[in-house]
Amino acid sequence: MTAYILCLILFGLGIYCAVSKRNLIKIIVGVAIAEYAVNLMFVLVGYRMGGVPPIFAAPGEAQGAMVDPLPHALVLTSIVIGLATTALLAAIAMRIYRKYGTYDVNEIRELRG
Amino acid sequence: MTHTLMPLMIAVPLGGAFLCALMGKRARALPDAMGFLVTLLAAAGAVYSVSLVKSAGPLVYSMGGWRAPVGIVLSLDGLTSLMLVTVNLVAFLVAVYARGYMERYTSKRLFYGLFLLMLAGMNGVVLTGDMFNLFVFLEIASVASYALVAFGTGKHELEAAFKYGVMGTIASLFILLGIILLYARTSTLNMADMAAQLADGGGDVVPLVTGLFLAGFGLKAALVPFHAWLPDAHPSAPAPISAMLSGVLIKSLGVYALVRVLYNVLGVAKVTEDGSPFTPLIVLGILSMMVGVVLALGQWDMKRLLAYHSISQIGYVILAIGIGTPLAVMAGLFHLFNHSIFKSLLFLDSGALEHATGTRDLRRMAGVGRKLPVTSSTTLIASMSIAGIPPFNGFWSKLLIIVAAVQAGHSWSAFWAVLASILTLASFTKVLRYGFQGGASERLRQLAAVPLSMKVALVLFAVICIGGGLLLLPSLRDLFLGPAADALAGGTEQLGFVLTGGAS
Repeated sequence: MTAYILCLILFGLGIYCAVSKRNLIKIIVGVAIAEYAVNLMFVLVGYRMGGVPPIFAAPGEAQGAMVDPLPHALVLTSIVIGLATTALLAAIAMRIYRKYGTYDVNEIRELRG
Repeated sequence: MTHTLMPLMIAVPLGGAFLCALMGKRARALPDAMGFLVTLLAAAGAVYSVSLVKSAGPLVYSMGGWRAPVGIVLSLDGLTSLMLVTVNLVAFLVAVYARGYMERYTSKRLFYGLFLLMLAGMNGVVLTGDMFNLFVFLEIASVASYALVAFGTGKHELEAAFKYGVMGTIASLFILLGIILLYARTSTLNMADMAAQLADGGGDVVPLVTGLFLAGFGLKAALVPFHAWLPDAHPSAPAPISAMLSGVLIKSLGVYALVRVLYNVLGVAKVTEDGSPFTPLIVLGILSMMVGVVLALGQWDMKRLLAYHSISQIGYVILAIGIGTPLAVMAGLFHLFNHSIFKSLLFLDSGALEHATGTRDLRRMAGVGRKLPVTSSTTLIASMSIAGIPPFNGFWSKLLIIVAAVQAGHSWSAFWAVLASILTLASFTKVLRYGFQGGASERLRQLAAVPLSMKVALVLFAVICIGGGLLLLPSLRDLFLGPAADALAGGTEQLGFVLTGGAS
């Protein structure tokens, strides 16, 4: 249970960083931290204490508790998606730097929500 | 019975996107042709799916032959086919329009590549019957839309795209976290299986997950108070993309996914004859409706004004679905369809005006009405639709929403809906008064001609606006809106056909 709560705290930290920081790069890092927290949560969900790899040596011969393999497959997909969004955000941040000469949100803010 | 239409709705746009990006450099004519052909096929497929649902009932397609609940399935019921028609019809008309409009940008190849990718993602979101798959398609559509908002690579576009990208990613993370918690509780990702297990007890995780999904999908749908990114992102994109984002993206990724999960998987919200109001949706709906329209009143930038109206109109849809009587749900879905038509038309009109006059400021385009008859008359039709003037389509759906609210005993909701409608009318009176009437100023002597392809798209949209009310005729209603509303009314058993293999 502690692990789950730590995961959620990490998620909260990432979101806080993304929302409160004024530097574009730090915002991207915040989003990435939140992403990792969610991925970690996914891995934890599949984990069983003292579990063995989910491989059947012979039909019906389960070796005690098995680790759930599905979240591990899903988390790979999720990591790749995270890579795509982070790369896109970083590319946009670079283009913004080229236009404005700064990463500071306060100096960039021309649009008002 | 499995039907190959479903995977094709995703595979054809995906393949088109790939070919555009890969070969568009050498074959100059390819992107235009591909964009037109693919969206035409997709629109035809979507219309066919409506008759398919009518004749054969709900359908399932198992990816790779792995049956539910082990494999990933695509499912097609009334609600899905309604969304497919909305998405692909708008996409087709927007592609026709983009042929002329996108000449000013350098790379049509990349534009159509991203456009078709976004379309594939949206079709995937509405078709899928698997929770993680939903997330994947949602991200495909979202990432394509971030890039499309930044397409002009000007200062504003980049800034808006960054803001949109960060907000959108955080929304996706909330959704993913909700999916993980559901998986941890039920050990399945199949929506139907998940719904069955949650209904069997073990729903202690449901309130938390509902909160996460309301925040995540609410961000995607730009409901107040999660709306801050929309008024920047939607106006910054090229006009055809603004039309797609406001017209269908926020609906398929936001509204559709939210109501599908709340009604058919979690079962926290229900549709019953006497109405079973789901308070969070009603509150979010009324807030969005009012805040959106009040903020829109003060805008002079035409596209920004339209973007605020999108927030307000989405509020109507959410409010109506939240009321939870069969009539209200049907009215909400009808308004969803209508809004995608008239809001896309308005954004395309704003694009045509920008193309002709070089400005989006209403004060500076004064008197343009007589010079651009097609654009100004279609804007007039769309404005009357959104403001709810009979006989245009917006009137019928707003009337139904208000009637349904009163019937269900929600006089207050009805009051707010009427008030928002009056303010919408005021706001669009301003558009027509300042933007189109009055003597033409000196600056507007030389107007760029609006290309034919753009005019064709505008006229076709306007025709749907005028004829939209016909969907309420009993024979058409049973075909299109009725099955969609029934799908939500089906509750957590609705998706059961996925497990039994669907109609055969």
